[in-house]
Order: sequence, then C-alpha cells, then structure tokens
Amino acid sequence: MMDVGRHPNIKLLTYSTVEKITGYVGNFQVQVKKKAKYVNETECTACGDCTEVCPVFVPDEFQQGLSSRRAIYIPFPQAVPSSFLIDMENCLGTNPIACGKCADKCDKKCIDYDARDEILEFKVGTVIVATGMDVFDPTVLDEYGYTKYENVITSMEYERLLSAGGPSDGHFIRPTDRKRPKTVGFIQCVGSRCEKLGKPYCSNICCMNTIKDTLLLKDHYPDIEAKVFYIDIRAFGKGFEDLYKRSKEAGVQYIRGIPGEIIEDPSTHNLKVMVEDTTANKMEEYEFDMMVLSVGVTPRFDMPEVQQLLTLSKTPDGFFMEAHPKLKPVDAPTTGVYFAGCAEAPKDVKDSVTQASAAAARAETLLSAGKVKLEAITSSVNTDLCRFCGMCSKVCPYNAFTVDPKKKTIRYVEALCKGCGTCGAECRFGAITMNHFTDEQIITQIDTHLAEKAQEKVIVFACNWCSYAGADTCGGARLQYPPNQRLIRTMCSGRVHEKFVLHAFKKGAPMVVVSGCHYVDCHYIDANRWTQKRVEKLWDKLEKWDIRPERLLLEWISAAEGKRFAKTMQDIEELRKKVTKEEIEHTVKVLTEEEEKEKAKKEKQKKK
Amino acid sequence: MPQDDLKIGVFVCECGTNIAGSVDVDKLIEEAKNVPNVVFTAKNRYMCSEPGQAEIKKAIEEQKLDRVIVAACSPRMHEPTFRECVSSMGMNPYLVDMANIREQCSWVHMNMRDTATEKAMDIVKAYVARARYLVPQEETEIPVEKATLVIGGGIAGMQSALDLADAGYQVYLVEKEPALGGIMAQLAKTYPTMDCAI
Repeated sequence: MMDVGRHPNIKLLTYSTVEKITGYVGNFQVQVKKKAKYVNETECTACGDCTEVCPVFVPDEFQQGLSSRRAIYIPFPQAVPSSFLIDMENCLGTNPIACGKCADKCDKKCIDYDARDEILEFKVGTVIVATGMDVFDPTVLDEYGYTKYENVITSMEYERLLSAGGPSDGHFIRPTDRKRPKTVGFIQCVGSRCEKLGKPYCSNICCMNTIKDTLLLKDHYPDIEAKVFYIDIRAFGKGFEDLYKRSKEAGVQYIRGIPGEIIEDPSTHNLKVMVEDTTANKMEEYEFDMMVLSVGVTPRFDMPEVQQLLTLSKTPDGFFMEAHPKLKPVDAPTTGVYFAGCAEAPKDVKDSVTQASAAAARAETLLSAGKVKLEAITSSVNTDLCRFCGMCSKVCPYNAFTVDPKKKTIRYVEALCKGCGTCGAECRFGAITMNHFTDEQIITQIDTHLAEKAQEKVIVFACNWCSYAGADTCGGARLQYPPNQRLIRTMCSGRVHEKFVLHAFKKGAPMVVVSGCHYVDCHYIDANRWTQKRVEKLWDKLEKWDIRPERLLLEWISAAEGKRFAKTMQDIEELRKKVTKEEIEHTVKVLTEEEEKEKAKKEKQKKK
Repeated sequence: MPQDDLKIGVFVCECGTNIAGSVDVDKLIEEAKNVPNVVFTAKNRYMCSEPGQAEIKKAIEEQKLDRVIVAACSPRMHEPTFRECVSSMGMNPYLVDMANIREQCSWVHMNMRDTATEKAMDIVKAYVARARYLVPQEETEIPVEKATLVIGGGIAGMQSALDLADAGYQVYLVEKEPALGGIMAQLAKTYPTMDCAI
C-alpha cells in the first residue's frame, strides 16, 4: 500500500468514483469524481488530535461494526493515504450550531468544512477493472440466527476479533460475555454452493480461510476446541493440503455435514446444532460457545455501474465475463479492458496478485506498442439510406452506434466495431454493409451451391468461432457425415440475415441450418440472442406461408463439439430426405411471389 | 456489383494424401479452369510449404492475378499464412480466400471419391463467385495513450498499478473508499503464508 502511495507514476485517487468513460481502445476519456474529505490530504500528519475531541460516535466499518469510530477518522492506522477525513453524514459541522471542535484543535489548520467534490478528467489507453467483491450477508438465513444470536458471527468479524488491530486488541472473546470461548464451531459454504440462494458456485476461498482461521486459533489458544462442518474441503492449491493436515494435527475436528439450524440456549448463550455426520452416518448434537459462519464471495453490489461504463457482461454467477474463459481469461470483451481479482471470479490473494500481474502485462502489450491495429472486418453505414430507426444501436453489443430518431442523426464509431454483422442483418433499409461478409458475397455463395441439384443440398450457415470450428474439429476427428451439406461461413450467427435464409429456400434448398455458439459462448457478447429472435420470427413467417418451419433449423454447436456437428449433419440428412419435391416447388413459388410483391411495394414507394 | 474483369487464380492443395486421398484433385483443377474469371490453376503437394507459397507468388506476378483462392485446409489454420504470402507480393491480404476442402470435405467424406470431389468443386466455385465481390480491406492503426486507469485499490488493483508504474507508464488508480487495501486490509492474517495482510 505504501509503495502505491509514494510511486511517482501512480496518481492515487481515493474516495473517488469513475463517473464516465467514453472513447475506445487506446483512447479512453475518463471522468472521475473525487469526493471531498474535508481534511487536506497532503497537509494532514494523522496525529489524531482532531478525533479525540470529536463528540460523534458511529459504528466502525473497518472493524465490521464491532467497535466505534468518530465522525472525523482515519479508516485504520496504516491507511494509505495516511490522512483523516470527515464523514459529513454524521458530522455536526459548523452549521447551524457550531461544533467545529476538530478545526479548533488542528494545529496545521487542515480542516475545511467547505471543501467541495472535484471532477477530474484525463485520457488513458487501457483500463483495468479490479473492483473486487462483496461478502455474503447471512442475515437472510434465519436458520443460523445471525441476527438473533450475538455469538453467531461471520468469518469477516472473526478476522477482526483475531486481529491485533481489532476491536478487542487481538484478544479472542465472544460478544455476549466478553470472555474467551472454549469451543468454536465453523460452518462452511454459507452463501456458496446453494441453489436456493441463487449462489450455486463455489466461492473458492472459504475452505482455506477456515483452515487458516483454525490454525490461528490453535496457535494462540491450543486449549480451544474447534470443529468445522463442511460439504467438501477444497484444498487444491500449492501448499494448501499441508495447511489442512496441520490444522487436523493441531486437533481441529472436521465433520462432513452441514447443520440445519443453530439454536441458542438463552441462559448460557451457548449454541446448539444437530448435524448428520455423513461419513459416520449418524446424527450428532454439538454445543459451542461461539459459531463462525464461513461466508461466501458475492459480486459487488455496485457492479452494474462499472458494467455500464465499459459495456461489459456478466456470467450467470454475476461476476464479470471474460473475452474467452480459457484463452483470454484476463481480457474483457471490450478491447483494451482487462480484469484483475475478484471482479471476474472469487479468488484468494495469490490468485488475485497473479491475475493482476497478467492484466498489467496484457495492458502493457498495447501500451508499449504505442499503437493498436483495429479490426478490418467492420460495418460501414450509408447515411443516405438510413432512416434513423435506431435498430443498429439496439442490437450492437459494443455500442458502436448512437442514433437520435428525433434529430435524425446517426453516429458510428468504427473503432468500437468487432465485426459480428448483427447490425447489417437487422437493418431494414440496407443502410449497413458488413464488409468482407456482404449481402452480395453471401448470396452469390448460396446461388453457386444451389445452381445444380439444389434439392439434394442443405445450406448451413456457421459462425467462425464455434460452429465452423466445430465442423473443423469434426473433420480433425475424421467423423463421417453425408456429403450433402454446404457450409457458408460468417463471423457470427448474428450476421445471418433473414433474406439469406429465404433466398436459399427460394433457390430450392430443402433444408437450411443457422448455427452458432452456445448462448453464453457468443464471441460478440450476446449477438446470438438476435440470431435466435430472427430465426423464431422466420419460423412464424414460414408457417404463415405454409412452408414447414422444421425445414429451418437453429443449432448451437461449440468449437469442441465435433461429434455433435457430425450427429447434427446426420440427423439433418434424414430430415432432408423427407422434404418432398412438391414442398420445394411450393416454397419456390410462394417465395418468388412474395419477392415480387415486395418489389412492387418498393416501386410504389419510390414513385410516391 | 460483381467485378467481371478480374483475374482469379485457384491453387489446390493435395495436403499429401489428406485431400488427394478422398478428392480427385486433377479433376477439380480441370473443372476449375472452366469457371468464369479463373485464369490460372495449379496444384501442390503442400500449398502451405515454401515451394507451395512460391508457386502462388510466381503466379501473382506472371499472371497478374487480382484474387487468389487456395483450396486447402480450414482458414482457421492457414488463413494468416496465405494472407502474408499474397501481402508480400503487394496484394491486399483480404483478396485471398480459403476454400476449406479438407476439414469440411476430404476428411469427413472418405471412401466416396466422386461425391467428395463434387462437393469440393461446389466449395471452390462458391469461393470464386465470392471473390468476384471481394474488395480490399484496410487494417487501420490508431495510437495508444500511454496511461492506464485502474478501477479499484484492493490487492489486485494495487498489484496491476505497481507493475505498470514500474514499467514506466502513468497509472490513475481510483478507489471508492477513503483508503487503499479493500477487503484484504481487513484480514487478520492471510494463507498460505499465515502473515499479516497489511
């Protein structure tokens, strides 16, 4: 912390929030609000004279509310920056009745009740998101009585009670009688691995944290009896199994089973639990002086703010989504943005440091090059054809478009475009061209494939990253399938325009397949959401025209699913055989008529 | 609009027997010669090898080719190779396309030489047709501001900030709370070293 505070290349902005980020990789404009601390940060020597005279007492957040602080305070003794601040919500201030005791006491005259928030603006090339985590709040769990029984505490409160700088100066005491407990129970997975609470994931750190907690306890007080209730002990990291062994050797008892509830004995304030020990297969009752809930890690409550600033997405567990879970675990889907620490997933200190250095290295790759090559395959907009409906801005996963329907303006930042082509597929006015995968290029491929023996061929649209790659994997494994499919590659399934599908049917294709990445794997954040919507609409249309919707398939196939690709192609061939000549003739007729109607309509509009 | 006056070269890779084993490469070449705009065809045992690439380069020069179609493996494998190959001859890298007749044809339709060859022909023809609509694409380069914003001053944010600052870059570290440290600062001790977090 000290190193950060004094580094000449680091501008440290504490008590500050990022208000706005505009621009793109290499050129982000940042606006930061630095909240007033009402104490001159550079002049304050943290002597503490001010705090002694402050008459206001409030719960101390740093100590988890186990002790109190004043309205003028320093968060903790080693805080960086080493300066006091006034919590204005609780300060009596100078108005209307003057308190002003701290200002009177301060020799250096550092205190200024009229200080204002500052807005700072600067430009950066890259952004690292290290927004961290929240700790699960067990108040929702009635069964553990966290709100009713004082001697039930969380693992965070335990940290403070055991800390030399904590509210009890490192003396381990239980809250009800301030006496050292003789028996302590730990309950694992509180707010982790629980579908009911919407927290199905493992929080990664709690097993090791409890093992650490028990070791600290046994080091200080060998006579305290400690028991840990667990589902599984996950001690998978380097040196972790050793610590687990040491904890057991020190006499800590590990019991596989999670108590259903905690009941307090009102006379002694001791806590009783019933547990099914699943290794011994019997019910046991235990009594403890104190119980620690080993609480899980949850996404930060204010994540949506950062998410919006940088157009990020979340994985189903609520943490930020990486550009690729295996190959780009540090990159955000937005180019030039990287993740470090628990913002991306629960991590311990070592893993956070590892990822932080990785994020720095990834950022440095761009910074040291001093320039960045932008995606060449991007969209372009013909403003003459644009009707300012705003559909492109709605579907673009990267917010490359800003459309104002009232003022009739469109702004497109090409540097933000990643080339999925969804805008081109959704624009009803043909105003957007997806370069290198243009309508003409794709239509001519369809035409060529269906020029001969169309009734025998299946047109398959495949996205570059998943289903096309899945077809490659299938080939690599030499999995055989009927030679009737003709594959057309697009960067994203979101590119597949309704007219491509209808064109293929009009040219006599018995079957058409639209394939892409599984929902969460989309390489363009969530562009394939629009693929699904579009195909659903097409199914309705086909039905209306008396064309069997089953002839249009939507398939999600990942890059690894070669087997699934082969199976899908085999199944499709069976379906294709069932499509009759009459059906195809009907389809061609209906779609040709529809096209003519559409043409006539456009002609009419033109004349008007 | 299609560009009708283009000179397109089709280069078919045998990939040892990987392609030639299931697809009749000679027949493919013969048929490709009849496709509009195709002015040059060649086959090579390994198109990606140095001699294979040399053949493409030579043809670009001698035949004044405008577009190149390489019928070989997946573009996910060798697209960068052939883009670089044509670039070295001054051709825009987006004017070369790969017709995937290995992963998506010869490897998945073994022992059905006729139909596999027919499918390979369709694939090649479709790419030649597409080539008539290809236009150069430019990869634009933009400068990068040599500074980083780090949001969050916990252990992760501090580590990233220090690494970048030590490397000589300007770092803006923004922390919501009045002091650095985040959750880590509240821990009495941390594993596996069992030492103080601050």
